[in-house]
Amino acid sequence: MALSGMRGLSVFISDIRNCQNKEQERLRVDKELGNIRTRFKNEKGLTPYEKKKYVWKMLYIYMLGYDVDFGHMEAVSLISAPKYPEKQVGYIVTSCLLNENYDFLRMAINTVRNDIIGRNETFQCLALTMVGNIGGKEFAESLAPDVQKLLISSSCRPLVRKKAALCLLRLYRKNPDVVNVDGWSDRMSQLLDERDLGVLTSVMSLFVALVSNHTEAYWNCLPKCVKILERLARNQDILQEYTYYGIPSPWLQVKTMRALQYFPTVEDPSTRRALFEVLQRILMGTDVVKNVNKNNASHAVLFEALALVMHLDAEKEMMSQCVALLGKFIAVREPNIRYLGLENMTRMLLVTDVQDIIKRHQAQIITSLKDPDISIRRRALDLLYGMCDVTNAKDIVEELLQYLSTADFAMREELALKAAILAEKFAPDLSWYVDVILQLIDKAGDFVSDDIWYRVVQFVTNNEDLQPYAAAKAREYLDKPALHETMVKVSAYILGEYSHLLARRPSCSPKEIFAIINEKLPTVSMPTVAILLSTYAKILMHTQPPDPELQEQIWAIFKKYESYIDVEIQQRAVEYFALSRKGAALMDVLAEMPKFPERQSALLKKAEDAEVDTAEQSAIKLRSQQQTSNALVVTDQRPVNGSLPVNQLGLVRMPSQNMEASSHDQGLTKENGTVSTVDPASTQSADILGDLLGPLAIEGPPAAAVSAEQNMVPGLEATPDAAGALALATVGDQSNSVQPIVNIAERFHALCLKDSGVLYEDPYIQIGIKAEWRAHHGRLVLFLGNKNTSPLMSVRALILPPTHLKMELSLVPETIPPRAQVQCPLEVMNLRASRDVAVLDFSYKFGTAMASVKLRLPAVLNKFLQPISLPAEEFFLQWKALSGPPLKLQEVVRGVKPMSLPEMANLFASLHLGVTPALDTNPNNLVACTTFYSESTRAMLCLIRVETDPSDRTQLRITIASGDPTLTFELKEFIKEYLIMMPASTPAAAAAAPAPAAAPLQPQSPITPAGYNDPGAMLAGLL
Amino acid sequence: MGIRFILLVNKQGQTRLAQYYEYLTLEERRALEGEIVRKCLARTEQQCSFVEHRNYKIVYRRYASLFFLVGVDNDENELAILEFIHLLVETMDRHFGNVCELDIMFHLEKAHFMLEEMVVNGCIVETSKTNILAPIQLMDRAS
Repeated sequence: MALSGMRGLSVFISDIRNCQNKEQERLRVDKELGNIRTRFKNEKGLTPYEKKKYVWKMLYIYMLGYDVDFGHMEAVSLISAPKYPEKQVGYIVTSCLLNENYDFLRMAINTVRNDIIGRNETFQCLALTMVGNIGGKEFAESLAPDVQKLLISSSCRPLVRKKAALCLLRLYRKNPDVVNVDGWSDRMSQLLDERDLGVLTSVMSLFVALVSNHTEAYWNCLPKCVKILERLARNQDILQEYTYYGIPSPWLQVKTMRALQYFPTVEDPSTRRALFEVLQRILMGTDVVKNVNKNNASHAVLFEALALVMHLDAEKEMMSQCVALLGKFIAVREPNIRYLGLENMTRMLLVTDVQDIIKRHQAQIITSLKDPDISIRRRALDLLYGMCDVTNAKDIVEELLQYLSTADFAMREELALKAAILAEKFAPDLSWYVDVILQLIDKAGDFVSDDIWYRVVQFVTNNEDLQPYAAAKAREYLDKPALHETMVKVSAYILGEYSHLLARRPSCSPKEIFAIINEKLPTVSMPTVAILLSTYAKILMHTQPPDPELQEQIWAIFKKYESYIDVEIQQRAVEYFALSRKGAALMDVLAEMPKFPERQSALLKKAEDAEVDTAEQSAIKLRSQQQTSNALVVTDQRPVNGSLPVNQLGLVRMPSQNMEASSHDQGLTKENGTVSTVDPASTQSADILGDLLGPLAIEGPPAAAVSAEQNMVPGLEATPDAAGALALATVGDQSNSVQPIVNIAERFHALCLKDSGVLYEDPYIQIGIKAEWRAHHGRLVLFLGNKNTSPLMSVRALILPPTHLKMELSLVPETIPPRAQVQCPLEVMNLRASRDVAVLDFSYKFGTAMASVKLRLPAVLNKFLQPISLPAEEFFLQWKALSGPPLKLQEVVRGVKPMSLPEMANLFASLHLGVTPALDTNPNNLVACTTFYSESTRAMLCLIRVETDPSDRTQLRITIASGDPTLTFELKEFIKEYLIMMPASTPAAAAAAPAPAAAPLQPQSPITPAGYNDPGAMLAGLL
Repeated sequence: MGIRFILLVNKQGQTRLAQYYEYLTLEERRALEGEIVRKCLARTEQQCSFVEHRNYKIVYRRYASLFFLVGVDNDENELAILEFIHLLVETMDRHFGNVCELDIMFHLEKAHFMLEEMVVNGCIVETSKTNILAPIQLMDRAS
């Protein structure tokens, strides 16, 4: 019996429940809708009770999945009913049925506002909840101030304030301007002192949204979050109502730890200590218990703590504790924990230094790849994908290939793509890569996207050593029965280009190759026919002297397709037929494909696109952005100059017109003096066929095509000068051709404050650094990563050390193989204090492009500092002992970048100066101690005192004392640089600019990669 | 965002309660409910409680004939949501006394009132059962 006293509603629900089938249900629903519609039409006769009843029926019908396209007005009108039961129904049903785009909703704004600012708490709650769920922009503009007022009001009860917090969150998302960030950080900090856990839970959600957009503005809230965690973890002052199976609100604990993950780091030592104490307690103190709910709740907290520890880049010991825990989890029987273990281990991959420990679990993870649960299999696949590197690529990829044959269809495409990417990224040798891709096509052709086979063709084309191998493999596959069409495509393409390299092997004569490929012709689709036609033309061209019989066979096929319905095929047939009668000229037109320009792998791009993009920045995403991995990352690569495929197409299709157009373009660019500004967008334009379109369509290197057509195109005569001049300009203007894609100065400064990250990156190379410091010794490792499929040559790295540093760089190999990363350790020893900076003079050759760059190395003064904290007596004793210059220097610094004391304390902490609070009785002063290490001074104590003026933050007085006059002076100047302006303007910028290449370059021959990237230069080489 | 939707579905796949925190058209809802119900109901007890669907996750739990399905963002803490489902069930239990599918069916409005007190805008707002049930009890007493 329905208790709510709406008999009609219960009867209706019973009726629906008794329906035997969907059809009956629909009839019953239609009848009811008709009934409601008529009742609403003569609204005068409706009592509020009846209205309420019908509106619930509408909601019920809507929930069942039927369209309810009327009666919205009635639902909204209940909002203004004077009595609670009707009003409540109005608000709830409105927020279920409508969304922010409905016009009547706007009409209700005034009523809603009156409820919000009225005195009735229950009305306030209803209104806040509805706005919180569906409020739009207009609501944000007209209600934000009222809602804010309620949230911070001390006279408001918690039940209203908790709703106000989430309502404000909605309004903030609809219009961020309604929350003024500057003013809010203090309010937020006060709100986080809240005692009521309901309010605190809501406020924490609001806080997460605010801090995810403006971390810097909310530094002051960080200690508050730690306090909340302490309060919960120690179970202090928590109402019984808020403990769940003995655990103080697991949801608030989780949310608070999530909020903390938006702060890049916790600088303040005492806050950090407190936080790590809590985290340690969670890590150690979470046991497996019998009660499922308790177990889940405590592990919810544990997993969030793991995520936070990873994010904070804790001490090594704690990290290995985390990996150990995760290792345990991925082996348990409980599927939820196993799933989460795998998921979190994948996140852990972002942390430096633990990859090796994770690798120890490889066998276990591979077992999970065969778990009966697809959710777990997916996690295992992701983890294997993430942990793959050069050392284990072979094992992992082969495991994936094996799994491919049995994997469910839902996963095959993803699996195929991932295997292809890993094979490409970490191939120990390229022939293995070719093997993997061919196997992939063979086993799961339906799931291998075109991008995958385009990519293998590119690799083969760009690596001569690989061509005979690939051709032989392709030939082998053709013998297999029931070949997948993609395999026909790739085999035909490769054999067309390179089958002549197999000439002396058994059953590899042009005739035999043609015959076996031609067997497939009747069964393949049109795009494949087009490829086969090109292959035939190529085979003809490679058969010298011509074999009349073969020629006849192929010509017959061309003839047959001359009147084919598909234009592409028809055109190819006609053109190839005509060309192949030209005799020797055919050689030029159909010569081997030139190398492809280096560019981002379409596969990797696809993988990136596939990553989910949610509107709000998630903590994980932020984390991965902050994380500067040393792993080799292939980023978007612009072709060095100009655009190849587009022009290629133009050259063949409409020779004269396009030649002029393109040379004209080049002329223009030359005038601007910046060759590299030719818009590369067109290169990467929306060619559906992706990387291969140009080449596939034209079947010949542009250079050869030009020379072949040259005589026929009178318009060309005008171009040599322009193009020639351009080529010279390109050469002379080398520095333009390789541009860093990161801000070098910024990178340097970032690395001064942390120990690992990317120092330099351009389209070809990425240089990463990882450093460890111990007293006056340091060990830096340079990671030189070649991002391309061709080697980097003449690599040279010279260290220009300042006099105070002794530096020794291990041997840097002259060549970095394609896609490889080499590590070069660099030993550093500090002799004495100085602010001079070491420079790395780095150069390499890519094709004919020479790149040379001078990079400052982050082996700076603060790296040799170690913060300490001294007890007061000790400090004052030392302070007094070091009296006056030159051991103690004092200076009034003006033009200081205004910052609050906590900000300054953070800055000091990142410079390795240990701020000691409460040593100085004046709250506007800051006292710090640190130890400096160098060979001449050994460990030497430095004392720092900063006196600030709260009324003028642009000036302060700094006093530095140490037992070494040079150290005192250098440290003072060093700190000043950071105080006056944040590092961006420090001197020595000169060293950052990439120097133009010194090596004189010969005029380019058309076969060099640079030539291909620049049609102008290519022409110049020809003419 | 956090929680995107909360669905209660019985063994036959009939929706018993649906609350969305992001707007979907009716067609989208129908499609989504069909897909995830098919996915989740086919799973066994030995499988985990999380299912990846499109670009988010479903955290689900079964109580007798009723499935509780909660759609959350990928980075949400899954176990916390799993226990939040249990908190919802316990809250319903406290109110109805040994809650069953019929209670929820015939008291759709009460179920909505409870959810309303527990989640706003996809965020958890209250986890104390006493506080969640206070307005409902107030109303019951008034009528």
